Amino acid sequence: MREITFQKALEEAVAEEMRRDPRVITLGTDFTGDPIKEFGASRVRFTPISEAVLTGMGLGAAGCGVRPIVNWRMVTFSFVAMDQVVNQASKIRYMFGGQADFPVTYRCSTGGGIGLAAQHSQSPYSMWMHLAGLKIVLPSTPADAKGLLKSAIRDNNPVVSFECSRLATLTGPVPDGDHLVPLGVADVKRTGTDVTIVALAYYVQESLAVADELAREGVSIEVLDPRTLVPMDVETLRASVQKTGRVVIVDEAPATCSAAAEIAALMVEDPDTFRALKAPVRRVCAMPVPVPYSPPLEKAALPSRDDIRAAVHDVLKESV
Amino acid sequence: MTLDKARLVQMLRTMILIREFDERAIQLRLAGKIYGTVHPYVGQEAVAVGVSALLSVTDRVTSTHRGHGHCIAKGADIRRMMAELFGRVDGYCKGKGGSMHIADFAVGMLGANGIVGGGLPIACGAALAGQLEGKGAVTVCFFGDGAAAEGEFHESLNIASLWKLPIVFVCENNQYAANNPVGVQHPRVDIAAHAAPYDMPGVGVDGNDVLAVHAATADAVTRARRGDGPSLLECKTYRWHFHAMRAARPPETRPAEEIASWKAGDPIARLEQHMVGRALLSPDELRAIRDRVGAELDEAVAFAEASPFPDPKDLMADMFAR
Repeated sequence: MREITFQKALEEAVAEEMRRDPRVITLGTDFTGDPIKEFGASRVRFTPISEAVLTGMGLGAAGCGVRPIVNWRMVTFSFVAMDQVVNQASKIRYMFGGQADFPVTYRCSTGGGIGLAAQHSQSPYSMWMHLAGLKIVLPSTPADAKGLLKSAIRDNNPVVSFECSRLATLTGPVPDGDHLVPLGVADVKRTGTDVTIVALAYYVQESLAVADELAREGVSIEVLDPRTLVPMDVETLRASVQKTGRVVIVDEAPATCSAAAEIAALMVEDPDTFRALKAPVRRVCAMPVPVPYSPPLEKAALPSRDDIRAAVHDVLKESV
Repeated sequence: MTLDKARLVQMLRTMILIREFDERAIQLRLAGKIYGTVHPYVGQEAVAVGVSALLSVTDRVTSTHRGHGHCIAKGADIRRMMAELFGRVDGYCKGKGGSMHIADFAVGMLGANGIVGGGLPIACGAALAGQLEGKGAVTVCFFGDGAAAEGEFHESLNIASLWKLPIVFVCENNQYAANNPVGVQHPRVDIAAHAAPYDMPGVGVDGNDVLAVHAATADAVTRARRGDGPSLLECKTYRWHFHAMRAARPPETRPAEEIASWKAGDPIARLEQHMVGRALLSPDELRAIRDRVGAELDEAVAFAEASPFPDPKDLMADMFAR
């Protein structure tokens, strides 16, 4: 199978969907390559730096039969458009009684680890999860990035595509042709029997590396990637935890009210999963601090492979 | 453009219907028959009606928290509006939206909005859809003087002008942003003046004169349909009642003389006088219009009261599309 980067996979997804459906348009302050050449300036719109109107325009056009892809570029810029995200996009379909669909996709980069400092190193997907009304995808491989973004564009709801900065240059196999990954289906990235690691985005790759190392110590790790945070494939996650009896949740957002917190709750509040647990649920998350700039500080703020390994050892040691 | 008798009668009837709908809504709220909040449009009827008379069903509007008038003027069914206020399944939003979220996409009414300025970006998106369709559809964005202090207003005017979107921004300057007079909100009380820096026509108009509103809108709509881009219309008007009520009417804080002077310029009375002056309306005809409006409202209330409440088992329905 051919191998391409995560970034290239995302670009292919947009181009293929624009070819497939003339209703798909894209709005953003910047584009890689020259999409206007193929799709024309009416479907590829360079915009002023006006996130609020951009976000609302995507929604309004979607309600009138267009299928816009709005590129915020970085999730941090979407905070300028909080009204349109929180009050409008996440509620518009429900509060109007379902009389119209709003097929808009919002794209943004997310996460730290590349020296962009506090504002541009955030992972705020749990803020959007909390709203109810937005679907959320968070891929960890080039193939998932392409397949999930294509599904997001075809979905008839507002979908936010969080695209991890540290994965942009990751290369991996991507199937040829119309490769789709359905929303709401988790993926078992590695099977194992001793400990389940539920990891998000970049930390799927990190957890796979740790699982390789631990395999040499005789510890068998199962690595799960939810891939979609809304809707969450809770059945697949619970089935894995029921099998291993131990779970470590890894993400680069701080732990407080995080996706990791939600996943932990979804595990322990289910009686069957609770009864299967042999050790406390562990979270490996960022420190509760704005991500600092200086490399040693940034490294200290974000989870490391050592942290993941230590958490696995802890749940093994703490097992009843 | 001289409007013929049939059009004027239609406009007068709609203005009276809008006024009586909101007077009825206030009574229903005081009686505890409906819930939440009511933002009456009474006094501003000439704006919704003068503007909407230029629009067809394929044109679109976005509205505000004070949105009942825009809904009625755009052609929404008052029975389903009333059912929404009553929180019933036959309401436009199946009881999930209430007064501040009535929408009727079938007639191009893309929704009231509880957030000041929140509808402007959505209207720009509807106008973008109209531009891409290429069939001449126009979007009208209603908002208040308060919204002109929001960032969303400025972002929207900028991009609409940049892309020559087929949109008409209609500011209803009713002299108060919530409960604060417009003079303490803006260094210069001239909302239409915001048009010039965004390179679009800006026109201030007597918002209590439905014919003046109609004429100014006609120019803006023609320009938008031609593909020449947006316009900003400032309609100076006045709300007769409070900003918002819940269980009780809030106390009046505005000067009595100010209220009296605006009421003396009642937009409905002015249209009636115009029509009587042109011998287009007799006292009998006016009485018949008012009687019919009253009967329609009685019927709307009966329709709403007969409609069932939503079943709690449907709480989660309509969250996501297939």
